[in-house]
Amino acid sequence: MTTRALDSELPVVFSDVTIVAGEVTILDSINLFFSPGLPTVLIGPNGAGKTTLLRAAMGLIPVTRGRITWGGKESAKSVRRAILFQRPIMLRRSTEGNVRYALAAAGVPQAERAVRAADLLALVGLKGLERRPARKLSVGEQQRVALARALARDPAVLFLDEPTASLDPHATKAIEDIVRAVAARGVKVVMSTHHLGQAKRIAGDIVLLHRGRLIENSPADALFAGPKTDEARKFIAGELLV
Amino acid sequence: MAYLSDISGIAMTNDVSALHLVLSGDPGLFAIVWLSLLVSLSAVMFAALIGVPVGAFIALTCFPGREGVIIVLNALMGLPPVVVGLAIFLMLSRSGPLGSWGLLFTPQAMVIAQTVLVAPIIAALTRQTIEDLWVEYRDELAAMNIGPVGRVLTLVWDARFSLVTALLAGFGRAAAEVGAIIVVGGNIEGFTRTMTTAIALETSKGDLPLAIGLGIVLISIVVLINALAWGARHAGERYAE
Repeated sequence: MTTRALDSELPVVFSDVTIVAGEVTILDSINLFFSPGLPTVLIGPNGAGKTTLLRAAMGLIPVTRGRITWGGKESAKSVRRAILFQRPIMLRRSTEGNVRYALAAAGVPQAERAVRAADLLALVGLKGLERRPARKLSVGEQQRVALARALARDPAVLFLDEPTASLDPHATKAIEDIVRAVAARGVKVVMSTHHLGQAKRIAGDIVLLHRGRLIENSPADALFAGPKTDEARKFIAGELLV
Repeated sequence: MAYLSDISGIAMTNDVSALHLVLSGDPGLFAIVWLSLLVSLSAVMFAALIGVPVGAFIALTCFPGREGVIIVLNALMGLPPVVVGLAIFLMLSRSGPLGSWGLLFTPQAMVIAQTVLVAPIIAALTRQTIEDLWVEYRDELAAMNIGPVGRVLTLVWDARFSLVTALLAGFGRAAAEVGAIIVVGGNIEGFTRTMTTAIALETSKGDLPLAIGLGIVLISIVVLINALAWGARHAGERYAE
């Protein structure tokens, strides 16, 4: 595992980004940047725009207005970005086959793939399950396969879209431990979550979104100690943001 | 009652004769079986070479009139064999556009006719299979920057066990088909006579033992090929890389 932050991908800068689908504004004039360092966690209620923001940051969806740059460039595609979706999609291959596929897609020479796949599966705690059909693993194990696949790209920045939403506490802890280990290796982690507890455990910075607008963007300690906005105060207090 | 008893007796005699024909390895019967398999399996192979890429292309691309193409493709699954036979006959007949090829009343003409019948089935089922898998894989493949060719190869490879069902459906159509091949093949003994055309002919002549024997072989082959495909599919899914 050689994951490391590459300057060419960071910072990811959102400049006045608006994304509209039909007549619905999903993201509204977002100004934001993700720079190297501790994980950034996106929080907010359903429909706040967290998933859309992550997909846009990954370069998977076009912006309607404004622009996104990665390391100062507007290149929409890069092997040094990776994303983990909320619901893991397993290719119809073995556990190891899934990781080898991602390694091939990232341009890793065939001779190196077996060793790299073994390293990645060990990192996510799936040693011994290499030959198991990936679709027959538990959801928690599938999410770890998806994480290994994402890490196969040796990403500078890793986007995680509510990666523990459907997992039990044991599986959630496994994912959080891996995320912390990955972040410690210098990979910029940007993760969305519903759970304030998880945000407190993981985040260096917090971005609060509501109805497509950026409400607050602060260091985690500062936001939890003294939110600057009513929406942030309500969300942290556990009140419903409608 | 005496009439029913006579019928029952004739049927039993025919069954015994048919079984004897099959078990004795009658060379005439096995020549027919061999030609039938050759024609049907060749047609399925050519139809797969056409149908899988066409189905995958339609599944993965957006173009004006796509829905109309899908409707037509699905409708072509029900092509009347006799009409296909007539169309191929007209093309291959001496005065037709392909008459110079000299293929009419040959096994090759039968392969062409069955390919035309089977290709839409394989294309339509491939389109549905690939499209369903594409909906599932789209985000993941986009996130891995997989290009159009890589997508097609990945989807066809990952759907390969489901696509076996499409091939089986095509083989079922080809193996059971009689209308098209009797028109373009002519049912010439020892040259273009297959199981289905022979069954039709022998039944009309009243040679029921041969017709029943061929029927037994035809059904056995279809069951055997389906069983082999089923076994291969499950073994493949279990041990897939």
